[in-house]
Amino acid sequence: MAIEIKMPALSPTMEEGTLAKWLVKEGDQVKSGDIMAEIETDKATMEFEAVDEGTVAKILVAEGTDNVKVGTVIMQLTGEGEEPVATGEGKSEAEAPRIEQGEAADQKGEATPEPKQVETGARQLFEAASHTAEVDSPEVPAGTEMVKLTLREALRDAMAEEMRKDPRVFVMGEEVAQYQGAYKVTQGLLDEFGDKRVIDTPITEYGFAGVGTGAAMGGLRPIVEFMTFNFAMQAIDHIINSAAKTNYMSGGQMRCPIVFRGPNGAASRVGAQHSQNFGPWYASVPGLIVIAPYDAQDAKGLLKAAIQTEDPVVFLENELLYGRTFEVPKLDDFVLPIGKARVMRAGKDVTIVSYSIGVGVSLEAAETLAAEGIDAEVIDLRTLRPLDRKTVLKSLAKTNRLVVVEEGWPTCSIASEVAAFVMEEGFDDLDAPVLRVTDEDVPLPYAANLEKEALINADKVVRAVKKVCYRQ
Amino acid sequence: MAKPPASAAAEPAIPNRERPAEPQPYQASKDELLQFYKDMLLIRRFEEKAGQLYGLGLIGGFCHLYIGQEAVAVGLQSALSDKDSVITGYRDHGHMLLCGIEPRDVMAELTGRASGISKGKGGSMHMFSVEHKFYGGHGIVGAQVSLGTGLAFGHKYSEDGGVCLAYFGDGAANQGQVYESFNMAQLWGLPIIYVIENNQYAMGTSVSRASSEDQFYKRGESFRIPGIQVDGMDVLACRGAAEEALAWVRAGKGPIILEMKTYRYRGHSMSDPAKYRSRDEVQAVRDKSDPIEFVKRLLGEQGVGEDQLKTVEQEIRKTVNESADFAESTPEPQLGELYTDVLVESY
Repeated sequence: MAIEIKMPALSPTMEEGTLAKWLVKEGDQVKSGDIMAEIETDKATMEFEAVDEGTVAKILVAEGTDNVKVGTVIMQLTGEGEEPVATGEGKSEAEAPRIEQGEAADQKGEATPEPKQVETGARQLFEAASHTAEVDSPEVPAGTEMVKLTLREALRDAMAEEMRKDPRVFVMGEEVAQYQGAYKVTQGLLDEFGDKRVIDTPITEYGFAGVGTGAAMGGLRPIVEFMTFNFAMQAIDHIINSAAKTNYMSGGQMRCPIVFRGPNGAASRVGAQHSQNFGPWYASVPGLIVIAPYDAQDAKGLLKAAIQTEDPVVFLENELLYGRTFEVPKLDDFVLPIGKARVMRAGKDVTIVSYSIGVGVSLEAAETLAAEGIDAEVIDLRTLRPLDRKTVLKSLAKTNRLVVVEEGWPTCSIASEVAAFVMEEGFDDLDAPVLRVTDEDVPLPYAANLEKEALINADKVVRAVKKVCYRQ
Repeated sequence: MAKPPASAAAEPAIPNRERPAEPQPYQASKDELLQFYKDMLLIRRFEEKAGQLYGLGLIGGFCHLYIGQEAVAVGLQSALSDKDSVITGYRDHGHMLLCGIEPRDVMAELTGRASGISKGKGGSMHMFSVEHKFYGGHGIVGAQVSLGTGLAFGHKYSEDGGVCLAYFGDGAANQGQVYESFNMAQLWGLPIIYVIENNQYAMGTSVSRASSEDQFYKRGESFRIPGIQVDGMDVLACRGAAEEALAWVRAGKGPIILEMKTYRYRGHSMSDPAKYRSRDEVQAVRDKSDPIEFVKRLLGEQGVGEDQLKTVEQEIRKTVNESADFAESTPEPQLGELYTDVLVESY
């Protein structure tokens, strides 16, 4: 009985990959644990191991083939006949119509695409993040050449440019050097700057956050990478008690120019301990700058600003956005102002305020709304502390309606803060209550359907916008 | 490379202190040996199946496999009594199976289904069973060390005679809270065995690049906690060390550290390309030190035939395939479950 071996998903966000190399050939015997192929994902080259025992009957996708969709049958294995695994295997897959969207692989050996991506909330966020700004950025001079960069490349370039300019800048964190970054954000930095300036730390967040903060107090300009901000909770004492308060407590003598950066917010199916938005936490602390960019251009310009500023910065990235490609201006030294929001889409009927991955969701909602005759203006806050109240209030004065979209919990959120200042300073401009579209007020569940229910999506935004527009 | 363990208990830096005796390899009966084999094979086949389901998109997020390290948990947990508690990090599937949790309940959690051990809300890294005294399943590196110390505090406080087995890796061994916990555990004489599963790599960072003292069994010295280094690829050595450690702790002598020298065959998680070590290195361990092959040889010497082993293999494959089928077909949680279990009481 032939066992179909399919293109595996080797990371939470992988949709397709390159079948880089076959390490077995037709007729070979394989047993569990044997490495059968090398597969390149968006981030890395992975080894693909055999689980079942048998003989390689047919290789269906030649090595070197790009864009092989997850779930495509890439080889057939002949089992040992009576081995229960063979029948069990075929059966279990046939019994999974929920994910089996393609036709069964035909006997001629033609690879049949079989999209196996489970519908999840994170996937919706990821899809929404294909939306880009529709309004030219005022900070980019007209006629500037634009280049396509992924968000992770833009962040890396920002760090590399600042490191070339300023020998005091260094990067430290878990897996930032030899591994090239857990999410490949620091790729290439070790090669260019060496191990004096690109430093692998042990898994010891409280310790290295303190070491970084001390180095900043002593005159260096550290960039401390947290593998994710969930792990920065081990180190939050140094971020808040040591870094944020130093300048104030020393009467302005002792500065702490440090950047704490890393992915923040929900990733894909990683569960409650690895899916939290710390934006509101850090944004409540006087003495910190908090930045949470959406696209690659802002990520680059704002990370450079963060490295240059004399103040401690918490720089919140988003893992789901790392692989997204955006246009970035080709300028020698592109630095954006901290504390300035950006109009991503101009509109006159309603203002949607968001940040980070919520911007993609808002842009997607704006597209749907436009088709229904509601013209939404979308604002990306970009900096969460200090908040750019002026840009929000100016837009509100035009639209008189406001919805805040936040991939995070509702209670004591950035959305709450926006609602509060809009009421205090823009009350007369409001024709409807400010509505918040946030994640549900629960720890993020692992189950795909519950995760989807818990996270924000464009439909939820559309519903809120219609409510403030008194439509339906 | 799995280096052979240094011979014995920590050489006495401070000699005038009682130390545990050198552990002896466990003298297993044929039945016990066969049980070790079954338990290890169950973990391996279960993990391979989990890896396969991950590749099919049925398991999402992070999934950390225990393949290669089976002898550690099997050797240690086979020595526990039902009074004892177990806690570990996110590489937790194997430890759970050994606590007596049904494979299908674990597998269904991996696929995020309502019949999973955490009702689908926890996932691979966050699984618990109070009934089986398995306290997680923790996603934050090192957290389980302090939590396990708290479980041990509970054993002593309630005088229930239990011991906590708290597992953590060579990476977690560098977290500050580990040492804060060591200090309190020794100070208060808590019944805990700290098990450092030294699989040589903290994600992509080898022990020598992350640890100034890479002999982890010595890490308790400045807290007066004795340590023993154990060949974690040899289930009999693991069980022997467990016997010695349990005797020490149950005698009221306080905590003890076991450093288990082991090796993980797969990447840190399913999304780790593991480029920090060579294929040859992994293959050499598989060929020379595989814990399951080792027991298979011993069974052969005791006259257990290929046929019997093949039957065991088939039974285990069947159990694993059934749990995978169950995990694929059993329904997802009801949407109403989103808001349950956030708090216990209503306010």
